[in-house]
Amino acid sequence: MDPHLSSRSTVEVAATAAPSAAPLLAAAWAVFRKDVRSELRTRYALNAVLLFAVSTVVAMSLGMGPLTVSRNADLPLIQAALLWVAILFAAFTGLARAFVHEEEARTAAALRLSARPTAVFLGKLLFNLALLLLLVAVTTGLFVIMLRVQVGNPGLLAALLLAGSLGLVAATTLIAAIIARASVKGALFAVLSFPVLAPLLVVAIQGSANALAGRGWESGVGALQVLAGYTIALFTASLFLFNSVWEP
Amino acid sequence: MSDDLHLTVYDVAIEYGARRVLAGVSFELRTGETLVVAGANGSGKSSLLRVICGLQRPARGTVTIRVNGTVLHPTEALHLLGWVAPDLHLYRELTALENLAFFAAVRGVRCTRADLEALLDEVGLGGRGDDLLATYSSGMTQRLRYAYALLHRPRILTLDEPTVTFDARGVALVEQVVARQRERGITIIATNDPREERFGDYILRLGL
Repeated sequence: MDPHLSSRSTVEVAATAAPSAAPLLAAAWAVFRKDVRSELRTRYALNAVLLFAVSTVVAMSLGMGPLTVSRNADLPLIQAALLWVAILFAAFTGLARAFVHEEEARTAAALRLSARPTAVFLGKLLFNLALLLLLVAVTTGLFVIMLRVQVGNPGLLAALLLAGSLGLVAATTLIAAIIARASVKGALFAVLSFPVLAPLLVVAIQGSANALAGRGWESGVGALQVLAGYTIALFTASLFLFNSVWEP
Repeated sequence: MSDDLHLTVYDVAIEYGARRVLAGVSFELRTGETLVVAGANGSGKSSLLRVICGLQRPARGTVTIRVNGTVLHPTEALHLLGWVAPDLHLYRELTALENLAFFAAVRGVRCTRADLEALLDEVGLGGRGDDLLATYSSGMTQRLRYAYALLHRPRILTLDEPTVTFDARGVALVEQVVARQRERGITIIATNDPREERFGDYILRLGL
């Protein structure tokens, strides 16, 4: 008998239980794992964000050299602004990848037919967060080493970077889904993201300046609260809006 | 299956810009029935299947799926739908087994690696599960599309150009899948190959 034409239904064996809605978090985790595996094999977003981050910090280092307080009294504010600008622009090069790749590889239809929209959104958001946290760690590390930045309050800076990253991802994941089917994806992503991210950037830069200057946690609590509120608001709005964006 | 399954397509029209592809198509199918949608290239066969699967919005009309008289929400209907089509693309950077494991996980289908290997074996891809999809030929990719579509035992199976890129063994696989689907639910086949019209209980001919 031709092994390909066996009359025994192995499909019936394969699906041991009638399919039901996958638990939301399990499905989201599956989307995240799939994106990580794809990314590790293609390195498209990873290479783009890391190359941008490294080249930006190196360019700053070569152009300005180590900045000292004697050269500028507003040094912590300038350093914080430079750090967040480097993070933001590196993020712009990679955060749209998760959705753009689905559309460009034309796999979005298979995903739409298989997974609940909320699971797709949460999985992609988790992937973007992992990518951004890696980017933030690399950028900040290089920034501190190459520009010889003194971090007065490392704990507060880490908290602000984490809170800022969460807000950035909450805002940009939905925008990435919106622009994925557009023709001018990169430019549109930056154009749509910047107005939404402007308040986050202002707060994150001011809070980070306090952390670099070595001020206490009380100087950063306000910024952390604003960033947490921003993240919750954007995450909730994105969660509700994603269905409309993802549907054909 | 003892469930009473009904698929109702009512007055579906499809447009691309100013060009109307379909105008007011209606039909109803129930468990055990197979419909062949025939027509020339550009007559709207593939678009109609995409509308039925919820992958495309019609310009007008509705698609309703009822089980035992209860109308299903589109999200619930996802679990009933299977789709094989030339424009179904899976992840080329993943292996066949990784693809199937991913889609099983997001669909909530509990299965082991051995189950997935058995499924691949059934569609003629035995022993090739660990190969990246990027290394597959067009015929092998088509076989994997069947594995993807059958993974969750769909009650409504839509096949767009089902034998395209297939050799004789592949055609026999399609015959077997269609025969088995009669016991499970509804099959809709879009084709411009007259030889495939034999699969259908009904034939819907679309004109340009």
